[in-house]
Amino acid sequence: MIRFDQVSVTYEDAAVPALHGVDLTVDEGELVLVVGPSGTGKSTLLNTVSGLVPHFTGGTLHGRVTVAGRDTRDHKPRELADVVGTVGQDPLAHFVTDTVEDELAYGMESLGLPPDTMRRRVEETLDLLGLAELRDRPTATLSGGQMQRVAIGSVLTTHPKALVLDEPTSALDPAAAEEVLAVLQRLVHDLGTTVLLAEHRLERVVQYADRVLLLPAPGAAPVLGDPAEVMALSPVRPPVVALGRLAGWSPPPLSVRDARRRAAGLRERLAPLVPPAGDGPGRASSTVPPLAEVSSLAVHRGRIAALRGVDLTVRPGETVALMGRNGAGKSTLLNALVGVHEPTRGRIRLGGASGGASGVVPHRTKPSELLRHVGLVPQDPRDLLYADTVAAECAAADRDTGAEPGTCRALVSSLLPDVPDTTHPRDLSEGQRLALALAVVLSAAPPLLLLDEPTRGLDYAAKERLTGVLRSLADDGHAIVLATHDVELAAELAHRVVVLADGEVVADGPSAEVVTSSPAFAPQTAKILSPQPWLTVHQVRAALAGAGGGA
Amino acid sequence: MTVLAALRAPRATRANALHAGAWWLWALGLATAASRTTNPLLLALIVAVTGYVVAARRTDAPWARSYAAFLKLALLVLAVRMVFTTLLGSPIPGTVVLFTLPEIPLPEWAQGVRLGGRVTAEGLVFSLYEGLKLATILVCLGAANALANPARLLKSLPAALYEAGLAVVVAMTFAPHLVADVRRLRAARRLRGRDDKGVRAVLRIGLPVLEGALERSVALAASMDARGYGRTARVPAAVRRTTAVLTLGGLLGVCAGTYGLLASEGAAHGLPVLLLGLAAALGGLWLGGRRSVRSRYRPDRWGARAWLVSASGAVVAAAVIRAAAGVPEALRPSVTPLTVPELPLWPAAAVLIGLLPALVAPVPDAPAGADDATGRRAEETPPAKETTRA
Repeated sequence: MIRFDQVSVTYEDAAVPALHGVDLTVDEGELVLVVGPSGTGKSTLLNTVSGLVPHFTGGTLHGRVTVAGRDTRDHKPRELADVVGTVGQDPLAHFVTDTVEDELAYGMESLGLPPDTMRRRVEETLDLLGLAELRDRPTATLSGGQMQRVAIGSVLTTHPKALVLDEPTSALDPAAAEEVLAVLQRLVHDLGTTVLLAEHRLERVVQYADRVLLLPAPGAAPVLGDPAEVMALSPVRPPVVALGRLAGWSPPPLSVRDARRRAAGLRERLAPLVPPAGDGPGRASSTVPPLAEVSSLAVHRGRIAALRGVDLTVRPGETVALMGRNGAGKSTLLNALVGVHEPTRGRIRLGGASGGASGVVPHRTKPSELLRHVGLVPQDPRDLLYADTVAAECAAADRDTGAEPGTCRALVSSLLPDVPDTTHPRDLSEGQRLALALAVVLSAAPPLLLLDEPTRGLDYAAKERLTGVLRSLADDGHAIVLATHDVELAAELAHRVVVLADGEVVADGPSAEVVTSSPAFAPQTAKILSPQPWLTVHQVRAALAGAGGGA
Repeated sequence: MTVLAALRAPRATRANALHAGAWWLWALGLATAASRTTNPLLLALIVAVTGYVVAARRTDAPWARSYAAFLKLALLVLAVRMVFTTLLGSPIPGTVVLFTLPEIPLPEWAQGVRLGGRVTAEGLVFSLYEGLKLATILVCLGAANALANPARLLKSLPAALYEAGLAVVVAMTFAPHLVADVRRLRAARRLRGRDDKGVRAVLRIGLPVLEGALERSVALAASMDARGYGRTARVPAAVRRTTAVLTLGGLLGVCAGTYGLLASEGAAHGLPVLLLGLAAALGGLWLGGRRSVRSRYRPDRWGARAWLVSASGAVVAAAVIRAAAGVPEALRPSVTPLTVPELPLWPAAAVLIGLLPALVAPVPDAPAGADDATGRRAEETPPAKETTRA
């Protein structure tokens, strides 16, 4: 169906090829998962299939890519539109029209299909993807999962032979991600569509893949093979595979179900052990004055009540994960904590350095003053970065915060050892950009640090580094609040999990209790080893090592 | 009874949606009527008619809010006009002096321009009437904007104009994104400890906002390209050339004809030139459409209700034009000497015909309220179970 024939791609100003020596065939009706660390050319590989590389992005393509017999060198993307459907990372940027139904029809209109065919296919697709009730809705008002489903539907209506998806579930909450994956499953099984899919959140998708294509390093030759075999040698792997390796299962399990069936022995070994207790909540006793105190907070945005009656107390040294589906009010709560939204009712008080006993009220505090109490890294770190080099950004941050010159640069160096001063912030990878934004925020040494979806677009290595940084910050007495969909991250880092739904707090308690009690929010390790209270592979490894040493 | 039931406006759905062009014809009819009179009572009546119809039939879509924006613009135009008349004087000779502003003597070369001086009631009333006329026309356009879905209008464009039209519609949807970007980046300035209020804060984020917009347009362009935007069919060169000649010639004819119609003299040959130009332009567009392979998904149908709505506008225009010829003194109340304008009965009755759409056009759903919150709620099941509070 899709043939890569000695393909390599070099972008104009790059010294090394973004993609090199790809020589493989994807058969009809296969779901192939493309994995690899950031910057190894996953997006480039996907875009060669739709012809966007090189026709749209520029660069030089050597070798040959054929899709359903059409060579992408002689066919522009628009001439491949009837055989390849492409969905990018941001569905909002994909939408051309304003309502769901028109969006589904747009591709067919471009191909000039007859009206009665279009009508029939739109109805079929609405049913296939469960979008029938949304048909008249403006695309801008949909939730993240709905948008992603509409985006997939909009390329399905032309009945493409191959579907190419770039990180379809990265921005979604666990439930919405399941929704999208169920649809893909159905396409592969019922319609025989060939699916090529890149995703960082392997724990969500690897079990559905027929084969996995691993891009191990920039420019390195890709490995295509059976998911279990490739996962055994992949530098990026989901917790279920990591746990399998730890337990010495070969081939490693790919799904929670596989792992659970083999985990009886491991559970027995772990039974006498206890997970290392989280140190945060213990230390953060109620005698320490809280860094943030939110009481019966309500925030209305337009006619919508984004938050209602939220109570939250954050103490020094504590890491709190805010979870909940897209649109539950997580970002609004973080923004209210930095004074972007004024509370409609209720109050917010921030303690900290100069706040005194009474603390400060975020929306009434001057930004330059507020900086010493709280810092927020927004969902898109680029929002925080204005300068055109890393050095200038750091200098500006020192000026803004009144810190010693060099403070920010020192922070950047500790977070990102190998970033040259002259790099443009936009040229950094997602993980590096996040680290830079984090350094900028930390220059003011705020005791309370807020992060909005920090792991979006990060690969496992970058995530690991972020986890290390955040953990050491918490050990230094910073309080951290992170809004996230990433259950693995929450399990790894958070002492406490707060679940928001419809602007209300529906659960607030120690991570182990909250995440294990909800199937949607339980990390893979907890699902495999339940009812034992293990949350992460790290905990298991540490406990096993301790037991081994003791024996 | 059954006839009445059949006439009652149904709930708007995709299938019975009123053609966007019908709303535009209706609004243009009212605007034409407004351009033929300066009677403030009649103009106010036209504004009231548009206001009522918009209130009765507008949706909750973003463009539906444009009526209020146009109303404000109209008031601004009126205010500017009055201020200029007060400051610069008026060509209307008047005897009723309201007050006298200190006059600023101007040099020789600025003869004919006056700054300050006498302000007469006649001059003010005259510019009030003229300003009202312009304001009413603007309000009519606002009504069309609020009622007609621009994307649906696009579907009715000739195939040759589709791509240009799509660019316009996409640009229009970018405006709200830009506003959201500005808001987000201003908030981000706050996070850096910089002031987030004032003009300077907005100017500072100009570059990042533009960068964001550019990135989004590139992403959209890639997506459109991959979805087949711009696929063309091959046409012979002769056809292409004929298309160009017909279109350009036709558009020139339309311009000339419109000028002839609107200017007070030359109405006799204005109409034929306009029609001829229109025919040529349409021919050109039809030929040009052969290059496009596009088909249309569920375009709005031009049904009986569309006929009624557009006809009601046309009737208002025709009646007022007729009245302007028949009873000019009623439609253009004299300002020298000042008279109290009277409401001419039968033109007023004709304007009321413009209310017809409020009866026959399909009723849109009640504003969905917090639709993006409630919609989400209905769609997804709650992921979390109750847990004990620590």
